[in-house]
Amino acid sequence: MKKDLLSIADLSCEEITLILDTTEAMREIGQRPIKKVPTLRGKTVVNLFYEPSTRTRTSFEIAEKRLSADTLSIPVSTSSVLKGETLVDTALNIEAMQPDMIVLRHASSGAAHLLSRICRSRIINAGDGMHEHPTQALLDAFTIREHKHRIEGLKVTIVGDLLHSRVLRSDALLLTKLGAQVCVCGPATLVPVGIERLGVRVSTSVDEAVADADVIMLLRIQHERMQGAFFPSVREYFNTFGMTKARVARARPDVIIMHPGPMNRGVEIASDVADGPYSVILEQVANGVAVRMAVLYLLAGGVEDEAAA
Amino acid sequence: MDADRMSRTLTRIAHEIVERNRGIEELALVGIRTRGVPIAKRLAHAIGEIAGHEVPTGALDITLYRDDLMRHAVGPQPVVRSTEIPFSIDDKRILLVDDVLYTGRTIRAALDALIDFGRPKVIQLVVLVDRGHRELPIKADYVGKNLPTSASQSVQVHLMEIDGKDEVEIQET
Repeated sequence: MKKDLLSIADLSCEEITLILDTTEAMREIGQRPIKKVPTLRGKTVVNLFYEPSTRTRTSFEIAEKRLSADTLSIPVSTSSVLKGETLVDTALNIEAMQPDMIVLRHASSGAAHLLSRICRSRIINAGDGMHEHPTQALLDAFTIREHKHRIEGLKVTIVGDLLHSRVLRSDALLLTKLGAQVCVCGPATLVPVGIERLGVRVSTSVDEAVADADVIMLLRIQHERMQGAFFPSVREYFNTFGMTKARVARARPDVIIMHPGPMNRGVEIASDVADGPYSVILEQVANGVAVRMAVLYLLAGGVEDEAAA
Repeated sequence: MDADRMSRTLTRIAHEIVERNRGIEELALVGIRTRGVPIAKRLAHAIGEIAGHEVPTGALDITLYRDDLMRHAVGPQPVVRSTEIPFSIDDKRILLVDDVLYTGRTIRAALDALIDFGRPKVIQLVVLVDRGHRELPIKADYVGKNLPTSASQSVQVHLMEIDGKDEVEIQET
């Protein structure tokens, strides 16, 4: 493994497979009466979250504690960032206290790469702006592999806000790397220019996009990142792109429905689909802890190529 | 040690286990990955032939409990495999099974790992080969063969299930 986990783009297929296989072993720890192993005893992990997060932060914290790391979370709302401290200064000050790893969530794309250059600690990207969210993609791949026993050759359809989604970038990179056919679909105003370079097919009709899909993945409409009018109304979005039972019926009978959360019920996904038998949304959350344990464990080891890292 | 010898050795150990535990009611076998697992399964089968029914077996991966993890500045992390103990170990007589007993550090890690699953009544240690050179105060309860070695040698246990043949050999390194 490299020093840091910044993006899926940096990972080889072998590294991805190693992470997914290690996840398999880590998952069993969560089912024990004593959900803890001594592996990261004496390691300090700082969770630095510049954006609101329930799932990812909780998931990292639980993963760190299950591996016996000493962990602390710094929600920016109560930190010196409010007094005007820059990301670099905050990071250097945290570094001065000798942590071993920093988990960073930040609204700016490339924030984790910036810290990677200036920090001795291992950096894990927990989402940077509209760029990447690698651990989400890894847990998605793990969940798909669990259900389909393979990734190669699957048809994966991703529907929603493609423009603002870091999950889309990480997922598309990872799934195409492992040989899946990824089709993306969303309103033309939310399809970024050059998205084909991720190796995905773009469709403007959701009915066409979901036909024969093995996996349907919904992306949240990110109201907080939208400064312009990307579509006329939420109701119109739901009518045109929302995942309904009727649309799910066009996919393969053993389709699974995924959503990285948080869900907007009645916007990108109908409630009866989110709670339906094909929904694996809560399994994704459960697998998130094991995936993050695997990443923390693997990054805590030696660096393959110190000079390149 | 060849295949025939290995098979007779395991049968002998199975007899010893049944004798020393006065029956098999509370027994369960836990093999340490990788080669302790098939040995545990074979012992369970042999005990089953002696006592009438098989005893439960599990597999334990001790990687996350190793005392040399995080001590090396270089090199990738060892691969973690899954632990599968599909029964409660509380109040059981647990037979911990490994192929080679050497420094004792693997067994130390395995004991820590086992205790995280519950509180067995007894833990006993079964090894196919004891090659000496202990670094911790650990002793096996059942030994297939004592094999005096020097630290520069390595003992390789090959098993049909994993390596396609049953054999124990000493190699100079």
